[in-house]
Parts: sequence; C-alpha cells; structure tokens
Amino acid sequence: MLSQSQSLFDPTITRRAVVDAFSKLNPLVQLKNPVMFIVAVGAVLSTMTVLRDVASGTFSGFTLQITLWLWFTVLFANFAEAIAEGRGKAQADTLRKTRSGSTARLLTQYPSLTEHRVVAAELKVGDVVLCEAGDNIPGDGEVIQGIASVNESAITGESAPVIREAGGDRSAVTGGTQVISDCIYVRITSEQGDSFLDRMIALVEGAQRQKTPNEIALSILLAALSIVFLLAVVTLKGFAYYSEIASGLTNSLLSIPVLIALLVCLIPTTIGGLLSAIGISGMDRLIQRNVIATSGRAVEAAGDVDVLLLDKTGTITFGNRMASEFIPANGVDAKRLAEAAQRSSLADETPEGRSIVVLAKELFGIRGHENTEHQTTFIPFTAQTRMSGVDVGIRSIRKGAADAVIKLVESYGSVFPADVKRAVEDIAKTGGTPLVVAEIVENKAVVLGVIHLKDVVKGGIKERFAELRKAGIRTVMITGDNPLTAAAIAAEAGVDDYIAEATPEIKLKRIRDEQAQGHLVAMVGDGTNDAPALAQADVGVAMNSGTQAAREAGNMVDLDNNPTKLLEVVEIGKQLLMTRGSLTTFSIANDVAKYFAIIPAIFATLYATNGTGALSALNIMRLATPESAILSAIIFNALIIVALIPLALRGVAYKPLPASTLLWKNFLLYGVGGIIVPFVGIKLIDMLVVVLHLV
Amino acid sequence: MQTTELLQIALYFGLLIILTPLIGGFMAKIFTGEKTWLTPVLTPVEGFIYKLSGVDDREEMSWKQYACALLVFNLLGFLAVFILMLTQAALPLNPQGVTGTSVLLALNTAVSFMTNTNWQAYSGEAALSYLTQMVGLGVQNFVSAATGIAVMVALARGIARKQGTSVGNFWVDLTRSTLYILLPLSLLLAIILISQGVVQSFGSYVQTTTLEGRSQMIPLGAAASQIAIKQLGTNGGGFFGVNSAHPFENPTPFSNFLQVFSILMLPAALTYTYGKIVGSVKQGWTLFAAMLVVLLIVLGVSLWSETQYNSVLQTAHQMEGKEQRFGVANSMLWGMTTTVASNGSVNAMHDSFSPLAGGMAMLNMMLGEVIFGGVGAGMYGMLMFVVITVFIAGLMVGRTPEYLGKKIEAFEVQMAMVAILAPSAVILIGTMIAVLIPQGLSSLNNQGPHGFSEILYAFTSAAGNNGSAFGGLTVDTPFYNIALSLGMLIGRFGVILPALAIAGSLVGKKYTPPSLGTFPTDKPLFVVLLLAVIGIVGALTFFPALSLGPIVEHLLMNSGKIF
Repeated sequence: MLSQSQSLFDPTITRRAVVDAFSKLNPLVQLKNPVMFIVAVGAVLSTMTVLRDVASGTFSGFTLQITLWLWFTVLFANFAEAIAEGRGKAQADTLRKTRSGSTARLLTQYPSLTEHRVVAAELKVGDVVLCEAGDNIPGDGEVIQGIASVNESAITGESAPVIREAGGDRSAVTGGTQVISDCIYVRITSEQGDSFLDRMIALVEGAQRQKTPNEIALSILLAALSIVFLLAVVTLKGFAYYSEIASGLTNSLLSIPVLIALLVCLIPTTIGGLLSAIGISGMDRLIQRNVIATSGRAVEAAGDVDVLLLDKTGTITFGNRMASEFIPANGVDAKRLAEAAQRSSLADETPEGRSIVVLAKELFGIRGHENTEHQTTFIPFTAQTRMSGVDVGIRSIRKGAADAVIKLVESYGSVFPADVKRAVEDIAKTGGTPLVVAEIVENKAVVLGVIHLKDVVKGGIKERFAELRKAGIRTVMITGDNPLTAAAIAAEAGVDDYIAEATPEIKLKRIRDEQAQGHLVAMVGDGTNDAPALAQADVGVAMNSGTQAAREAGNMVDLDNNPTKLLEVVEIGKQLLMTRGSLTTFSIANDVAKYFAIIPAIFATLYATNGTGALSALNIMRLATPESAILSAIIFNALIIVALIPLALRGVAYKPLPASTLLWKNFLLYGVGGIIVPFVGIKLIDMLVVVLHLV
Repeated sequence: MQTTELLQIALYFGLLIILTPLIGGFMAKIFTGEKTWLTPVLTPVEGFIYKLSGVDDREEMSWKQYACALLVFNLLGFLAVFILMLTQAALPLNPQGVTGTSVLLALNTAVSFMTNTNWQAYSGEAALSYLTQMVGLGVQNFVSAATGIAVMVALARGIARKQGTSVGNFWVDLTRSTLYILLPLSLLLAIILISQGVVQSFGSYVQTTTLEGRSQMIPLGAAASQIAIKQLGTNGGGFFGVNSAHPFENPTPFSNFLQVFSILMLPAALTYTYGKIVGSVKQGWTLFAAMLVVLLIVLGVSLWSETQYNSVLQTAHQMEGKEQRFGVANSMLWGMTTTVASNGSVNAMHDSFSPLAGGMAMLNMMLGEVIFGGVGAGMYGMLMFVVITVFIAGLMVGRTPEYLGKKIEAFEVQMAMVAILAPSAVILIGTMIAVLIPQGLSSLNNQGPHGFSEILYAFTSAAGNNGSAFGGLTVDTPFYNIALSLGMLIGRFGVILPALAIAGSLVGKKYTPPSLGTFPTDKPLFVVLLLAVIGIVGALTFFPALSLGPIVEHLLMNSGKIF
C-alpha cells in the first residue's frame, strides 16, 4: 500500500495542508527558513502600518492589498511545505495501523515452550516469541528456529508471501508483518519505538527530517542573497531621501509597505518557499517506488554517484542459467539430443532443468508427456556423481558436467568424441555452462551432444547502461563466476567493468579503491557478508528480504527486493538536485523583471518635468500606474510559488544525458525562462489589476 | 569615431590576446618552480633575500599561516608609509621642503597604498617628498601587487592540489612575484617611458616664466619608475595630482598606449597563469573570455554615449575633461580599463564623462573588480563568483556542485558570499551615510544626481580598491579620510581572507575526476552563466543606486537639464 500513487493534490491531503499552512505561522517554525522569515517580519511590519493608518484615518486600500499579498506569500510557502509533508503523513498513517494493539506470545524460558501473552509494546531486546500461522510478528527480530511463509505486504505492498527461516540470509523478520503458514521462533532485536517500522514511519512522516548538506549550503546562499537585497533596499531609503530633497520633493517616496514589497520581490522567495518541499518530495518519490532512505543525505549522494556496483544475478541477468542451444555430436540428430535432454530433465524442477524442457519444446515441438509412457525412474543430481538423469526401461540417459560424463563413458569402454570436447571448450570459453548428454543402452555408452546453458541478460539492460554511461556513470558487474564467464556476460550486458570471483573482501576493497580515486559508489546487497561493503558504499541499498545486518548497514532499504531499483534511486537523487538548482536559477532570474517593475514605479515623480519623472523611461513594461506596478510585482511573486508547487513535488524531468546537454536544456528553460516569464506575468497581472480597479 | 581610433582599439585587444599566454605562461613557471630564462640571473638574488630574512623557502603554510604572514607583512607596510608621511619634513630627499601631512591623511594614504587602492586625497607634487614617494608609495606599489598575486596563486593551489594541507609559502610567492615579474617589467617600461619624455629626476622643481610673463613652478621627480609599476601593478596612484593626464606623466600617444596596455597586461595574463596552475588552460581562457565580453560591452556603451549628440553642449564631440593629445576614444579606453582593472589611474577626468560613461566606470567597480581586476585580486574575486555560479548552476546537472573536481559546499558558499557582500556593503552603507550627514554633503561641489554620483563613486572606488576619483568631491576631510580608509580595508581583506579560507578548505578536499556527468566549466555556456550571476548578484544590487545617479542624470540631460 505504500506503492499506491497519489494524485498531486489529493483532497484530504490538501485540506490538511491548508490548515497546516496557518499553524506554520508560528515564529519558531518560520525561523528555520531565513528567507520566508524576512517575508513574515515584513508582513507584520506592513500590517502595523495598516493599523496605524486606520487609527489615523489615512487608510489606503493599496497598502492593505500589499499587506495581504505579503501574508499570502508566507502562507503559500507554508502550504507548499505542508502538502509535501502531508503526502508522507498519509502514508505514515497507513503504516501505523498495522502496528496497533498486537499481542505477543512470549517464551520466557526458551527453549522451554511455556508461553505468556503480553502486549507487543512491552517486549525487550533478546526476548524470544513464538509466531504461528495467523499471528502478527510483534517486533523486528531474527528467526532462530523454524521456517515460515510471511506476508510482508504491510510494509512492501507486495502480496506474495516470502519465506523466512532460521540461519542464512533470510532470517530477518519485521514487526507488523504476518505469518501465514508454519511457525517460527523469533528473537527480538530492536526496542519498541525503534523498530524498522517505527523508523520507517518517522522517515515517511518527515518527523526527523534534517537539512541535507546541500540544502544547508543552498540555505546559506539564499540567506546571504537576502542580506544583499536587504542592504540594497535599506540603503535605498537613504538614497531616496537625498534625491527627494535634490529634486525638491516634500513627501517621502518610499513608504514602509512599498519598501517591504520591493525587498520581498527581490529576495529569493520562490526557491526559499519551495526548498523544503523539494527535499521532502524527493524522499517521497523514493517511497513511492518502495525505497526507504534513512536520510536525505543518502538521496543527495545518490545523485552524485558515478560508479554502480551491480550484482550480476537479479540485476543484469535473470537469476538462473537457461538452456540456449543443443549441440549434437557428429552423426547424432539434433532432435534426438533434444529429446534425450528433455526426457532426462522432466523431473528436474530446477530452473535450468525447466529451461531445457522448454527449449526442446520450442525448437523441436517435443512435448513432455509424449515421453512418459514407459516405466521411468529419475536419478537426481548428487554432489558425488555430478550428474542427473533418467532410466526408461533399458535406456539410461545421463546429463552432467563434461568431466563426469567422460568418466562415465570411459567406464563403459567408449571414447568421448573429440567434436563434443571441442564444443564443451567453446561453450566454457564464452562463459556458458556445458551439460553433456549421454545415453547408455545395453552397456554401450553414446555421447549425444552438449546442452549450452547460459546466463540470460535482461532485455533493455544494455541500453540502460549505455544511457548511464552518457550521464557519466560507470557500471561494474559483481559476480562469483570465473573470469571467463564474467567477461562474456559483461560484454553482452555492456557494463564498463566487472569483478569475477567476487568475495565480500574484494567488493569492499573495490569500493575503497574507487572512493580513493574520488568516485562515489552505490551498491546493492542482501547478505550479512555484504554489510561491510554496504556500510562503506556512499549509497548502500539493502534488500528488505536481506539480513538485519545488511539492512542496518545500508542507507536505503528496497522493500521490493529488486536490485534494478538502484538505477531508479540514482535518477531520483539527480532529479532532486536538478529541481533545486533549476528553481534557484528561476528564482534569481526573476529579479531582473521585478527591478524594472518597481524601481521606475517608486521613483515615478522624482526629478519630474511636466509631471513625468525622468526614471519613467525605465518602465519598459509600460505598467499602468506606480501602484499597479508594485502590486502586480508582489502578486506575481506570491502566485509563482503556488504555480511551481507541482513542479517542486514532481521534480523536473530527468533523462540520463551528458551534463552539458542537461545544462543547456535547464538553462534555457529555467534561466532564460526565468527572465522572460515575470515580464509577461507582471504585465498581465497589471492589466488585470487595472481592469478590476484594484488600485 | 575615426578609423584610426577603431584600429587602435583592435590593436589593443589583439595584443592583449597574444601576450596573455606568453606572459601568463611565464608567470605560471615562476610559481610552479620551473626554470625560466631569468632563473640563472635571479636565483642567487632570491636565495640571498631568503638568507637575509631567515625564510625557509621549502616550508609550506596552511591557509591560516599564509593569511597571518600576509596580514603581518601588510601591517608593516602600512606603518612604514604612515610614519614616512608624518616625518618626511625631517628626512632626506625633500628638495621642496614639504612638511609632514596630517595624521588622518597619512592614515588614509597608508591604507590606500597598502591595499593596492591608491586613492589619493592629496596631490603628489604638493604634499609628498621624493623619499615618501619612492620608499613609501613606490615600495607599496610593488608589494601590494605582489600580495594580490600571492593570494591568487594560493587559491589556485588550493583548487589544484589533491587532498593537501598547505597552500604554499607567502614569503616565497611575494618574493617571486616582485623579483621575477614586477621588477623586470617595470624596469623595461620605465626606460621606454623615459624615452618618451616622462621625467625621472631627483632635482628640485624648476621655476620658469611663462609666455604671459607670469612665474610658474614646474614639478619634477622620479616619476617614470613609479608610473611603470603604478600601471603594471594596477595601483594607479599618480606621481602628480592629475595622474596620467599630466604631460610629464604621459606625454605622447605612444606612452599613452603603453600605459593603458600595462593596466590590463598582468591581470589578463594571470587568467592563463591560473589555467596553467590548475592544469587546464581552457579554464583560464574561459574566465578571460567572460572578462573580455564585459569589457567590450562597457567600452561599447561608453563610446556610444560619448559620441551622441549632446543637446546641452550642442556637440557630439565632448572634449571637456579630456586631453587634446588623447581624444575621446583613448580616454574611454583608459577610463574603462582603469575601472575594470582596479587600477585607478586616469588620463581624463571621469567627472566630465557623459553620465552613462561615468555610470559604466562605476558599474565596472561595483561588479567587484573582477573584470580582469587588480593583479591577482581580479582573479581571486572572479573565482568567488565562479564558486557561486558553480553552486547555483551546477545543481542543474543533477550533481552536488563541484569545481575542477572539488566539491563546493556550505563553507565555500558562505565564504564566497562574504567576499561578494563585503565590498557591496561598503558601497551601499558608506554612500547612504554620506548622503545623509552634513560631513558627507559639505564636500560636494555639484548637487542633484551628479553630486550623488560623486559620493557613490568615492565609496565604490574605495571598496573595489580602485583608487580613481570621480572628482568634484573634497575628500581630504576627517569624515572621508576615515570612512574611505575603512572602506578600503574591508574591500581588500574582506575578500582576501575568505578567498584564502576557501583555498584552505578546497585543498583538503577529495578530488573527483571529471566524467560526462560533470558540470563543464570551460564551455561558452559557462561564460554566459557566470556573466548572468555577476550581473544579477553583483550588478543588479546597484541598479537602484545607479538609477538615482548616472541613469537619471543621463535621462535628465537628454531633456536638457544638467547639474
């Protein structure tokens, strides 16, 4: 249920956000955002001016409108943040429901099975509980005995049950999930309130949200820019005073609300108002894809990653080797080989076995049931014989590794054909696995040929890697295969590099080496032995099905257990940073038009000849009156925040392109666009203001 | 404009582009310790200097040590000039018998020459002895320029070095800049200038009778040697009061060309030096291109403005305040280069420029003196804008920002903004105070927007360490002497210290090798982005102030009103 996507403005969330927008007016909340704090202070000052004017009977509708729009600016920014948080809160509520009021069957004297019913919240680390079919697992823990299928849909949204068993890499269970069959004994590994689910809720809700390093740096920039403009506006009051006297004016050109309007228009309110919404929704986009990041820092790092360590199995290839070809021995009909191979594999439930049956059917139309008319005995694979097969009446079929089959046929006094040997070597050279098929009839062994088993690379993955390469990201394939096999698959999948015969130590060393050269590395892992590498990597995505150790070590958890997700994680990280940069650029570029709206307006009567101020020449937008110009600028400034909320929540479009191409695109869109849009927008609003007689 | 004038401007920029890699490459060799043709001659001298002063030239400094050494050295320079000015009456080489100056003028002048500003609240021929000019001001002209180069080199090292801790040795950088670069070039230039008729003499002033039969005092002095370094070191402080408009300081069109060229020669070449040190000449050329574009724009605007028909003066050939032997084009070329480059020497009076041309001169300084800028100072100032540009635009490619493989993070942004904010604050706050208090206003000779421009120009010139004056403002007053001294100090060290802090922070950072995903900082688009940031963050801040000064004056002039 996490994976359900929400429309950008879900009515419930929007309603809650509107309320939150007002409650966020609390000065302590406002202080966290220096740019918006300045706007809030300005709004307060401006309100005081209005009240003073009312008291002294000099009330002006213009000042009131400016004041209102200043408040709207603050509220719009609050609303943007609230709506981003609201999406997370809605998801947190769903999660919380799974946890409420469950009880636990505590075994105080494990392994003795005396059972006490306790409230789940009272469990401590180290307690052992029993969970049978139908029970909710009361807390995060490790299976210490038994095997069970568990429904984890509460956190993953995936309805297919998963197997959890003692020992190995599938021993971790999560509080709030439900046992569907069998029974397991679970040792609790985390305090209540600090369980995986609790932390997930906190993360999703954004309760513990801390500013990321890049966000802090950007906040500093925005605060510094605000100071620059504050200086420009405050000193302008002094400059104006000199100029008023010089041009013989007796009244002051710059009222407090007008000065504040100018200041608010110049400081980067657009990005200031949307900054936290961008950060929150970046995390949110990960959650929509069922990835939980333990910190915003990790999401940022994902954007910087330039080396991806990818496990071959599951990411690059389908999990298993599959039959791809039948190579008959000289003088043997291919169909005969296929038939024998299929017959020997009918009872073989391994994916390899099944793939042989399927290939025989695809190539020669042989159907399994045609072969089952005789008395058959299946011979399973054992580590000693390293062969499997079938005995059908007097006919025995064996398939297995080449050396095992060689031994077999030689024991019957037959010669292993040279052409088959060559075929075996050729397959091995390309990284495939050769399975030799032999038939024994009446003490005579005949080698029928070779089945070529190979890793099948996932469709589209090569193109995906090529895209990543264009975006400057290198892919490194990790596999336990020998170098030969690894090289062949690496070439087929189009990865940049590979590590064959990888051990956890080699992985860890590779990550350290890459980092020493200045690269940022991302990897996926699930086993306990992956934990050091996950911890070392800049972005470590642990599979939710993995061990507790792995989940603790990584800085993201993929609830779907899909290693390919790493590619999406990188894209989301990049998208987050791009959104921030693009909106900052847009916000700063907006200033050009605002200067040209307000400066001529406030000095409209300065050094006037025949009633027209000299600086009116700068009114290049031909805005109707000074008042309409100032009001239009401040209205534009407030509305643009609202207009950009969807973009902040959704993020700017990302495609893996070289940096220079991306830069041109975003520069034209948000930089040049940022200069042009406010000229058009302010002019249109000005026309509207005049039509509606607002000033 | 005449064809010859256009040709001369083309020759100017052509020569600048040709000499930039030659001189820039030479300077890079000096700072990376490579051999040059001067090495055999000067290495013994260099070694002798270190021996004499007890400097270990192999010792490396952290940014804080580097900054400390720099501050101590500058303080000593300040004290030397300060004391010389107060005591010059009792010291030798004072044939005219000038007296000691006031304490505040000495303070202002000592700060001015230490900070490479060369703001002059005095007239050289009337107020200073030959000794003060040479030992005080002359020496500071060399070492303040060398200080700027040293800071730039330290920053470049901070960027280029991979996970180091030190940014170089201040004493070595200072000595090498002076010994290998500034001294030889000044010597050469001084000799050529003498050949053109610039005076170089220890003799006392000459009294003659003019054709009108009146008595006139003709000042002399060791001018040529000082003028050479004043141009090359972007100092700008004239030997005589009217600077390079004076016929003894700048007698011929050829001497004028040499001097105006010397203003930009080293700042331009340092872009190449920077590229060499950080390992990519293209990076240097990119910054050069950005600077050149701005200079060509402001030069174009000022030339256009100067050649428009002026309805008040009823001419399109405005020669007021300009020297007949230079004409409009050469006065504009000088006026623009001297203000972009934080030089401050003049060959025409900026007060008399058309309002827009005067405004351009101000704008040049308001940009933070980063368009070529002072020797070294222009480059490290420009790099502050580069940091901000990389930070804003770098995010748009989906990576946390990095420049030349170094991550730009909160600390760098903070420091760069301090460096940009400090001079801006001086200009805005200083001008505001001056236009509000009688001590500020009483120095004005003109009113209205022109008076406003005079005050705005003075604080802009101080903050940018430029030193040129708009004129029309009496600045040897307690208020201006103190306020502008403060402005010069903030404008200098408010940029140097953040720049060195960034050098120290970057030098310790991990280096990320470039990939296709890296934000490119050596492409034309980067020039555009950089200029946009300079324009919006640097220039637009002053748009309101400029509107009330030169812009409104220009608009009023067009409707027949002057001030």
